[in-house]
Amino acid sequence: MKIMTGINWFKYSSPPAFYPLAGLLIPWFYTLATVFAAVGLYISFAVAPTDFQQGEAYRIIFVHVPAAWMSMFLYLVMATWAGFGLALNARLSHMMSQALAPTGAMFTLLALVTGSLWGRPMWGAWWVWDARLTSELILLFLYIGFIALQASIDDPRRADRASSLLALVGAVNVPIIYFSVKWWNTLHQGASISMTSAPKMAITMLTGMLMLALAFWMYSIAVALVRVRCIILERERRADWVRQLVEVKF
Amino acid sequence: MKARHKRLALIISGVALVALAATLILNAFRSNMVFFFTPTQVTKGEAPKSGSFRIGGLVESGSLQRDSDGLTVHFVVTDTVQRTKVTYQGILPDLFKEGKGVVAQGKLGPDGAFIASDVLAKHDENYMPPEAAAALKQAKENSTKTLIVPK
Repeated sequence: MKIMTGINWFKYSSPPAFYPLAGLLIPWFYTLATVFAAVGLYISFAVAPTDFQQGEAYRIIFVHVPAAWMSMFLYLVMATWAGFGLALNARLSHMMSQALAPTGAMFTLLALVTGSLWGRPMWGAWWVWDARLTSELILLFLYIGFIALQASIDDPRRADRASSLLALVGAVNVPIIYFSVKWWNTLHQGASISMTSAPKMAITMLTGMLMLALAFWMYSIAVALVRVRCIILERERRADWVRQLVEVKF
Repeated sequence: MKARHKRLALIISGVALVALAATLILNAFRSNMVFFFTPTQVTKGEAPKSGSFRIGGLVESGSLQRDSDGLTVHFVVTDTVQRTKVTYQGILPDLFKEGKGVVAQGKLGPDGAFIASDVLAKHDENYMPPEAAAALKQAKENSTKTLIVPK
């Protein structure tokens, strides 16, 4: 507790204090992402056994499931930052949600594409309009909508308010994606990993998947920090502290 | 109450309202959002009688028959309560197996059998090495044996 109270955490909610902190953290998260990805890929391709019914083709799960997890989780984080931004009128919160959106959209697209590549050999179809696939596609549209709305309004404060509202309303979609395979008949199978029951996959397979999920987490944090630093510079370009930065002065 | 607390409360209640609305809407559309009908629903007449729809369930063990042309297959889809006969002409997906999940698109023929135009395999969420699957199968067989043997 002493460490927690020793540092004034609210200090970092102001861009001038957060900017150098983010710069310090980025290399660490990139390193962790690389390490987890290397270990995860090694387990996925060299250690994890062949599946009893899907053969080698199941290995796309190691990318597909972590990507799908990240797509949903990042949306919730983005919506939470948007909510804080609206409630507390905090600039940095809005910048965080703006920084997360492209990464979330990327993971959603990755989940859709890998799912499609997996569906063709296993189900016999690239795409079906079942509840899981459709709601994940809507998630991609929500991300794109958020980015587009943010970009289409010139005044950053108005852009923040409008896009935050969209992010918050769209958050309803995330539980729909997650529970779609429970609530409706879908072609997509149910969850192998859940809070309520033991994992329905071999332990080495699970380890590989979790390692890659961690790698995706670290990567997401790193790129979000890089992006938020760019947004800070862009939006605060007239502030004195930005003009005095070594990397800006020339 | 500070202004920011008011805004926070407003946002939380707004999100809760949207969630409630979504729940009600999805509940109302529940029956329209199914990807496939089960054989029980088909027997009850809940599936469209003339139009095209999808039927899903397990391929009944021992029900798969192949015609002499090599392309036409007959099998039974079951949800362990009701059974529906399905006829399909075409190539089956690799994962299509007796005792495994299947979703077929098509419509009901005059005799009540389902004429499929597309067959998709539905696999489950279990992943394990073949040896583990074999061990599980072995254990299951042993346990059923011991259940039957002692009299």
